[in-house]
Amino acid sequence: MVFVTGKGGVGKTTVAVALGLRAAAEGKRTIVCEVSAQENASRIFEHTEIGFHEVEVAENLWSISIDPDESMREYVLLQLKVRAMRDMLFRSRIFNYLAAATPGLKELVTIGKIWELAQLDRKVKSARKYDLVIVDAPATGHGIGFLQTPRTFAAIARVGPIHSQAQQLDRLITDQEHTGVAIVALPEEMPVNESAALEHDLREEVGVAVDRVYMNGLYPERFSNQEAEQLAELSAGEEGAMRAAARAALSEHNRARSQRAQLARLRRRVEAPVKTLPFLFEPDLGVEAAGQLAKRLG
Amino acid sequence: MPAVGEILEGKDICICAGSGGVGKTTTSAAIALGMAARGLKVCVLTIDPAKRLADSLGLKELGNEARQVDPKLFAAQGVEIEGELWAMMLDAKATFDELVARQAPDEESRDRVLNNRIYQQISNALAGSQEYMAMEKLFELHTEGRFDLLVLDTPPTRNALDFLDAPKRLTQFIEGRSLRVFMKPTGIAARVAGRGASVALGVMKRIVGFDLLADLAEFFNAFSGMVDGFQARAKRVNSLLGDSRTCFLVVCGPQGEPVDEAVYFHRKLVEAKLPFGGVIVNKVHYPTEKLRGDGDDLPAALSEKLGDEDLGRRVAENFADYQALAERDTGNIARLAKELRTKGVIRVPYLDEDVHDLAGLAEINRYLFASSEERIEIAAGRA
Repeated sequence: MVFVTGKGGVGKTTVAVALGLRAAAEGKRTIVCEVSAQENASRIFEHTEIGFHEVEVAENLWSISIDPDESMREYVLLQLKVRAMRDMLFRSRIFNYLAAATPGLKELVTIGKIWELAQLDRKVKSARKYDLVIVDAPATGHGIGFLQTPRTFAAIARVGPIHSQAQQLDRLITDQEHTGVAIVALPEEMPVNESAALEHDLREEVGVAVDRVYMNGLYPERFSNQEAEQLAELSAGEEGAMRAAARAALSEHNRARSQRAQLARLRRRVEAPVKTLPFLFEPDLGVEAAGQLAKRLG
Repeated sequence: MPAVGEILEGKDICICAGSGGVGKTTTSAAIALGMAARGLKVCVLTIDPAKRLADSLGLKELGNEARQVDPKLFAAQGVEIEGELWAMMLDAKATFDELVARQAPDEESRDRVLNNRIYQQISNALAGSQEYMAMEKLFELHTEGRFDLLVLDTPPTRNALDFLDAPKRLTQFIEGRSLRVFMKPTGIAARVAGRGASVALGVMKRIVGFDLLADLAEFFNAFSGMVDGFQARAKRVNSLLGDSRTCFLVVCGPQGEPVDEAVYFHRKLVEAKLPFGGVIVNKVHYPTEKLRGDGDDLPAALSEKLGDEDLGRRVAENFADYQALAERDTGNIARLAKELRTKGVIRVPYLDEDVHDLAGLAEINRYLFASSEERIEIAAGRA
């Protein structure tokens, strides 16, 4: 199982999907899970809403958008065998209230569903097993809280099935042999700072293994410093398209350079190996772009 | 198309909203700077800004309190602050604790709440509590009336809308009306509610374990004296958000997804009858002179001019890539303007360097506050 996390807007979903495509191409039956009822993966696959179903989006690759309310429902269905009791429970206001109000319960049942997906012996009827479960996890800050939920819960509910189940989920998350975390970063000041802090917190506070940090959206180094000087002269002396082209080249050169500095900072500040992913000059990142990135993952 | 200065004229509060990673924090700081430069006493409330930005604003070791930013720092960047610029980093937990202390009838009830484990978890981690506390602090500062304008950088929620519901969600939880009824098994309501409820409670006990329920009961008991105070306050916070002197600015990026979210967010603002002021698109690739008309000539012309065929080809390739992004941005912004039925889309160009210091802030500020004529100049001059 792999959790993909990072600051907002760094391309977590694209990287999660790219990891999924790669694993699927290697013949692993893989599922990409989105949490908090997001539908970013369906956008990439140009699929209409995926929802709380396991949908095959490519060969060997499946996707699901985990809705906490649906997970709660499924959890109760699996826990309670008496149908009349379940119906009564779902209709009851207090149950809905408690489920909504109990801090962390939504996150807990979401992780519970992820756990269920990862089981060799699936609880859900007629469900097949997956070789790899990839989770498009919440952004930094929320991400730490998300992964810590089981432990917090186990501490609050000291007895009862929730206690032991929460402990079980915590063991799954901190099982460094089978569960890994990938952090996605961008070559900018804030994302680099946050990724370094995130890696530290994930290791120290949650106790998970951070396997890899992906530096996403790296510009190619197209021009040397010497060429940049030449281009600066050109942009000063020309008009029209020639000048615009020279300035675009200078912008690219400056960005590529400051990005390299950020990449070096990231490498200094994180322990996990850093893998770079190129910026894709494409209007919208769809499944093809994710496929391109998949080839660059290692 | 108005600049930020005109949009914010006569406003007390500016709330910058948008999804994560679109530059909300930087935009909020730049707006506050611009309005302070125009003579107002402005305070920007921010949450976890980039370390270097915080450092340069002198926010290194600040608690949950507003501090004035030294105007000399900006004078060095060519921005004269006629008014005053204040900044604070919001500490949600500390704000919540202060709120409890204010609402508690006595010290004992205050400590009972502060020491309750459910409270500690909510105040730290419950989704929505950070948002709620941002609103709370905003309300407090507004009531004090020390500032002409407050600029709020909303927390990075996964869903940009969370913070709109946050006050309601949290007061509902604290109020816990339906739960408290069942905490007292002898209550009339419990008997009326009947068997379904007692089964539900029994099941919940079995699932979550007894202690959680006991802690919850304790939590609601401890809060019971404060519920009315919290509700009244939440109501006032809500009416402040809807006031005509409040202004919501939607911040987004030029890619498809952030634009979709901005459209969605705008719709929700309108539905909630909250005052929408305008939309700011960050990191825009400006369209430069059209390459298309030049056809295949440009690479050749560049090669000749530079005396290097390979370099000329690379410059042309790079320019084509850049144009593709500029066209994408133009298309997305046109869609945004159409969906929002507004011409007031303020664009900030994608700068060569990422913005995390005062120089960058001053630069962003220049674009946000540029007049429409100036903006045409900028658009024409930049590649």
